[in-house]
Amino acid sequence: MKTKSIASLLLTTALTFAVTGVASAQDKTVKIGALSDQSGLYADLGGPGSTLAAQMAVEDSGLAAKGWKIDIISGDHQNKPDIGTAIARQWFDVDKVDIIVDVPNSGVALAVNNVIKEKNGVYINSGAATSDLTNAQCSPNTVHWTYDTYMLAHTTGQALVKAGGDSWFFLTADYAFGAALERDTSAVVTANGGKVIGGVKHPLNTPDFSSFLLQAQASKAKVIGLANAGGDTTNTIKQAAEFGIGKGGQKLAALLLFLTDVKAIGLETAQGLNFTETFYWDMNDQTRAFSKRFGEKMKNGAMPTMVQAGVYAGVRHYLKALEALGGNPHDGVKVVDKMKSMPTEDDLFGKGEIQPNGRTIHSAYLFEVKKPSESKGPWDFYKLVGTVPGDQAFTPLSESKCALLKK
Amino acid sequence: MRATFKGTPKGSGTGSMQALYAQLLVGLINGSFYALLSLGLAVIFGMLNIINFAHGALYMMGAFVAYFLLNLGGINYWWALLFAPIIVGIFGMILERTMLQWLTGLDHLYGLLLTFGIALIVQGVFQNYFGSSGLPYAIPDQLKGGMNLGFMFLPIYRGWVVVFSLVVCLATWFLIEKTQLGAYLRAATENPTLVRAFGINVPRMITLTYGLGVGLAALAGVLSAPINQVRPLMGADLIIVVFAVVVIGGMGSIMGSIITGFALGVIEGLTKYFYPEASNTVVFVLMVLVLLVKPTGLTGRAA
Repeated sequence: MKTKSIASLLLTTALTFAVTGVASAQDKTVKIGALSDQSGLYADLGGPGSTLAAQMAVEDSGLAAKGWKIDIISGDHQNKPDIGTAIARQWFDVDKVDIIVDVPNSGVALAVNNVIKEKNGVYINSGAATSDLTNAQCSPNTVHWTYDTYMLAHTTGQALVKAGGDSWFFLTADYAFGAALERDTSAVVTANGGKVIGGVKHPLNTPDFSSFLLQAQASKAKVIGLANAGGDTTNTIKQAAEFGIGKGGQKLAALLLFLTDVKAIGLETAQGLNFTETFYWDMNDQTRAFSKRFGEKMKNGAMPTMVQAGVYAGVRHYLKALEALGGNPHDGVKVVDKMKSMPTEDDLFGKGEIQPNGRTIHSAYLFEVKKPSESKGPWDFYKLVGTVPGDQAFTPLSESKCALLKK
Repeated sequence: MRATFKGTPKGSGTGSMQALYAQLLVGLINGSFYALLSLGLAVIFGMLNIINFAHGALYMMGAFVAYFLLNLGGINYWWALLFAPIIVGIFGMILERTMLQWLTGLDHLYGLLLTFGIALIVQGVFQNYFGSSGLPYAIPDQLKGGMNLGFMFLPIYRGWVVVFSLVVCLATWFLIEKTQLGAYLRAATENPTLVRAFGINVPRMITLTYGLGVGLAALAGVLSAPINQVRPLMGADLIIVVFAVVVIGGMGSIMGSIITGFALGVIEGLTKYFYPEASNTVVFVLMVLVLLVKPTGLTGRAA
C-alpha cells in the first residue's frame, strides 16, 4: 500500500511536470501595456488613440480565433520620467506585462528603456523622438518605430538648408528631446555649409513664446528652427504669425509637426509649412480604410497621427513574431531578435525592416500644409511634396554608436 | 527699419537695451492676464473668504464660450467679450448658490478643496470632448497686424490686451473701493448681520460678487483665446502662477493684486531674456522670498 501511494505520487509529479512543460512551450497569453501622456500636451498625438491603435492591431491580427489571449492595459506617465518608470516596474513585477508600446516624451522614453532592458521585456517605442534610443542608448529589447530626431534633421532640416536657409536660430524645448533634435539638426546645417547663430531653451509646456520669438527675430537668422513638439509647437507657430515673423522674411522650420497640431493651429495660420512625417491617413486606399475605422472609434472622429499608426504597425509586427515562435516565450530579447529577423510589412508603413540597433526603416514623406481653399474635409490638411527612402532618412549603421553592432 | 541688433541678443550695447524694452513690453502683456485673474481671485477672497481654485477652469470656460459663440452662433469676438463673462458668470453664481454658500464660516480648506474638485471635473469634461491640443480662435480682423515701435514689432492685438485689461482692472478697483455699492460690499464682509439689519440682501450680494469675480476670469479667457490655443488645460497651467501672484500681492487686496500681476509679468519677461530656463520658476522663488520676509504679502493686511 505504501509503495503504491509513493508510485502514484511520483506519477502525479511526473504528470504535473509534463503538463507545465507543454504549457510553457505553447503559452499563448500576452499582456500589452500602452504607456503614454494621457492628458497633457502630447495626449492627442499618442494617448488614448495609441491604446486604440494597439487594440485594433490585436483585433486585426486574428490571433484570438487561434486560441491566443491578449490583454491591453494603459497608463499615464504625465510626462514625468519617475512616474513612467514606476508604472513600467509595476507592470512587469505585478501585472506581468510582456511589452510596452508608445511612450512619447524622450525623457520618459529613455528612462523606461532602462527598466525594460533590466526586466527583459519588449519595448516598441513610437511616440518618442530621440535618436539615442537606437544609438548611444540602444538596447536588445527595444524597437523604435515611426520617426526620430536624426530623420527629422535629415529630411526637413536638410531640405531647408538646401533651399537657401543657411543661418539658423533654435527655439528648443529644454529636455532630452529638444536637445537631441537641436543637436542632430545643427549637425545637418553645418554639414551642408550653413551656420547656427544662436538659440534659446524654453521650459516644456510654455504658454507664451513672445519673448523667445523676439529673440529669434532679433537674431536675423534666415531660419527659426522649432526643436519642440505638440502644444509648444502650435503655440510658437501661432504667435510667430502674430509677431509678423513669416512676413519679415524669416522662415519657420517646424521640425516636428503632427496632424493634431495642424488641426489645432488651423489651416489659416499653418498653410505653407513644410515638415516630415512617415504616415498620413490620406496616402492610399489601405491607410484610408484603416483611418476610417480608427476615426469611427475616436471621439470627435480624429484621424490617426503617425505615432498612433506606428503603435498599430509595431504591435502587428510583434504579434507576427510571436505567432512565428509558436507561443509567447516571455523573453524580450528572444522576441525582439525574431522581430528583427522578419521583414516588416503592413498597410500603414508598407515594406521595411528592423535594423540590428532596433531602428525600423521605412519611407519618410515631405509634406506641405494645404491652403484653406484646397482642403476638402475636416482632416484634409497635407500635400505630398516628396518621398525620402528609408535608407536615406534614418541613421546609416556605419554612423550608429550602438553597442549591439559591435558584436 | 533700423538695424537694431548685432549678433546674439545676450550681448551688451544699444542693441540689447532695445531688446530689453521689448521684453519689458512683452512682460506687461502677460502681466495683463495675471492682473485680471488675480484681481478676480482677490475680489472673491476679499468678499467671500473663499480660495477659488476653480478660477483657472472658469477662465478656460470663458475661452471655450467665445469659441462656441463664434463657431456655433456666428457671434464675433466683440460680443463674446460681453456675453462670455455673463454666461460663465451665471454658471459661477449657480455654483455659489448650490455649493459654495454652505461653506460660509468653515475653514478655508473646505472651499479650497471644493473648488479644486470642481476645477478637475470641469477640465475633465472639456478634455473628454475636445482633447488636449485645443481649438483655433482667430484674432478679430480689426486687431490684426502690428506696428513697428523701433525696438520691436508690436502685434496690435497684444497692445489691445494691455490697454483693455488695465481699464477693466481700474474700473473694478473703482467699483469696490470708491462707490456706494462697493461700500455695502465691504461692509457686508466685515459684519453681515449689521448690514442685513439695514435691509440689504447680503446673500444676493455675495452671489453677485462671486459672479463678478468669475466674470473677470472668463473675460481673461476671451482675451487670451486668440493668443493661446483654446485648450481644456489652459487654466490649469496658469492658475498656479496666478495664485503665487495673489500670495505675493497679499490675499484680498484689490490694488495689490493688480500691481503685482503686472509687475510679475515684467519680472518673468526679464527672466525669459536673461535666463530662460528659469522663467517658469522665477515667480515661485519670489513667492518664497516674500513669504519669508512679509507673510501677509506685499500689500496684505494682517488676517
